[in-house]
Amino acid sequence: MQTLVAYVENKPGVLNRVSSLARRLAINIDSLTVGPTENEEIARMTIVAHTDEKGAHRLEASLEKLVDVLLAENISNRSILERDLALIKVLADQKNRPHLMELIKVFRARVVDVAPESLILEVSGTVDKIDGLLEVLRPFGVLEMARTGRIAMTRGGDLLRPPVVNEPEVSANPETRTGTTVAN
Amino acid sequence: MKLTGAEILCESLTKLGVKHIFGYPGGAILPVYDALGKSKLHHVLVRHEQGATHMADGYARASGEVGCAMATSGPGATNMVTGIATAMLDSSPVVCITGQVSSKVLGSDAFQEIDITGITMPITKHNVVVTRAEDIARTVREAFLIAASGRPGPVLVDITKDAQQASCEFDWDASAPKLPPKRQRINYDQAEFDRAVELLNSAKRPLILAGHGIIVSGAMKAFEQFVRAGNYPVAMTLLGIGCFPAKDPLNLGMMGMHGEAWVNNAIQESDLLIAVGMRFDDRVTGDLRTYAKSARKIHIEIDRAEINKNVQVDAALVGDAREVLEKLTPHIETRDHGVWLRHIQESKGDSAVRDIQSLPDNGHLYAAHVINDIWKETRGEAIVVTDVGQHQMWEAQYYHHNLPRTLITSGGLGTMGFALPAAIGVKFAKPDAEVWVVVGDGGFQMTMSELATIVQEKINIKIAIINNGFLGMVRQWQEFFYDKRYVATPLVAPDFAALANAFGIRGERISTRNEVIPAIRAARQSNETVLFDFRVEQEDSVYPMVAAGASLHDMIRRPDSPLVETATEP
Repeated sequence: MQTLVAYVENKPGVLNRVSSLARRLAINIDSLTVGPTENEEIARMTIVAHTDEKGAHRLEASLEKLVDVLLAENISNRSILERDLALIKVLADQKNRPHLMELIKVFRARVVDVAPESLILEVSGTVDKIDGLLEVLRPFGVLEMARTGRIAMTRGGDLLRPPVVNEPEVSANPETRTGTTVAN
Repeated sequence: MKLTGAEILCESLTKLGVKHIFGYPGGAILPVYDALGKSKLHHVLVRHEQGATHMADGYARASGEVGCAMATSGPGATNMVTGIATAMLDSSPVVCITGQVSSKVLGSDAFQEIDITGITMPITKHNVVVTRAEDIARTVREAFLIAASGRPGPVLVDITKDAQQASCEFDWDASAPKLPPKRQRINYDQAEFDRAVELLNSAKRPLILAGHGIIVSGAMKAFEQFVRAGNYPVAMTLLGIGCFPAKDPLNLGMMGMHGEAWVNNAIQESDLLIAVGMRFDDRVTGDLRTYAKSARKIHIEIDRAEINKNVQVDAALVGDAREVLEKLTPHIETRDHGVWLRHIQESKGDSAVRDIQSLPDNGHLYAAHVINDIWKETRGEAIVVTDVGQHQMWEAQYYHHNLPRTLITSGGLGTMGFALPAAIGVKFAKPDAEVWVVVGDGGFQMTMSELATIVQEKINIKIAIINNGFLGMVRQWQEFFYDKRYVATPLVAPDFAALANAFGIRGERISTRNEVIPAIRAARQSNETVLFDFRVEQEDSVYPMVAAGASLHDMIRRPDSPLVETATEP
């Protein structure tokens, strides 16, 4: 599993270009999240892909060839923080509710909705943590689950910021052009 | 100055240096055609939109400038798909402009509405829908910029009819491209560069793999200096042909599936491969597990996504071929590869005796003879545009190109039907050049309607149909790998000479060897298009051949028994 972060233009069709590219490269995406950044024109994606380092390099380099992708970076080998968020609706009758509440405490999940026969839990953390909670909830009866997929960020001073300056226009004639890296 | 979107498009194309547009009108692009009529742009009316894209592609490949194709919405746009993919796979800068239904009805399955940007997303470098007249100039400028920069490729601009009709202020300076900012990567560090230099200076059996990127980059001079500095032998990819003169003793010829035997053997024996502007396509490597096992590899390539894609390399210098080569050349210290070069020369001698050129000339017509005669008669100075298949490989083997952009052929996608329309584009790019089409009887029948375009535009190209009555390359595979079961490869064709006449083109059938040279000479004297139907040996095969997935040194060679013994009377 490889984790990539990409900054993209925040406009229609970009998600399609990114997912279409992964499909073309025959790379299966495990999770893809998109959200706005502090700059409303730029969105940030976290892509978790079923591939090896070589595949991730190809995906990263190919993503950066898309005009609408400002930056793509494989952060799998860096020190990163990963978070996934899940809402889990679980069966909770009078009998098992106290036992359930204990587990919730251990996993630092929160009860966000209470109904006579069920609870909705909110839990965030690493994928392993959420998978672990899910495992122990299963015997109670998991009715529904929604997960956001992973978001990731490099730790500390390892910054991954969107680029802001562009290259000047190059000549349409390849024989006379100078800059060549505007759109590889 | 207030102009309509259609007028802005024509103004913008003019300002971008476009002279010819290859296209086909229709409802959703009519406002543009109306404006075209009032502009100085020359429109070439094609007979099928696939032809338009191949023409724009041919124009781009011959000139190095962006080619421009135009079509209407729906079927007009979908007919462009093959041509766009062809340009994509061969990194050819083409801008396709399509009309689209009015923005008000977008998404309603209106008449001739199709999501062409959705369809072409994976086969364009970029594409975009324009729904406002205000955005046309900037978008078209961006399209040309994207198509030509970096690793070139096709860009499609889909313009809704209401955007073409609406009027707005036209301000060229204010509509400069505004592409999203890109992170500037450091292409390679000093350590990577030093490693490459070290490899270059320690190699005993170095070999250059020269690709299309050298031509695209305009790196011919830098490349030659690099070759001379290191005294390196050069093997070419199909699309690399022309980047270094064929007559140069260091040029070994083409590598790969139908590459020369001595070239493939040299690759397998080499201890350093220097790949420049090529991408280790499966057609040049054969089985990757056995590919150049004893060689270290340096990869000079502008597209970072190509690095380590098929072949793991020891030093990757990402960047424009010319820039990288110019940096490398001063560091070359070793150029004594005499033993290695002599070894390659010796194995060349062995291969050359099996060459079809060495077969007795007994009047039978072989494709290789025809192509070799065209080469001799044109002194290797013509621009040759080929289709895809056996004739394409024979062209690569027997027409020796000394100049870049003189072999125009569909490599990556292998598009049959490419040659005739592409040649029309080539002729518009190089009106003074002698342009020859070398095409099979199968591929010719795919796009032969463009003969009418030739007549309508009154252009002069020479068409050599290598007619063997088969889909020859497929037949060859059936012969080698399917026990000669010729399913769906025998091909009925019209009388091509008579067909040419029906279009108003001089056509001639040639069946014997001694007719070839006089016919070529007569055609070259004519300033009109001439079509030849060369009736060649039906079941000849291209040798050597590396079977798909086989090791590069594992070549099927021409049988020792002379082919002429089994030839049928033409």
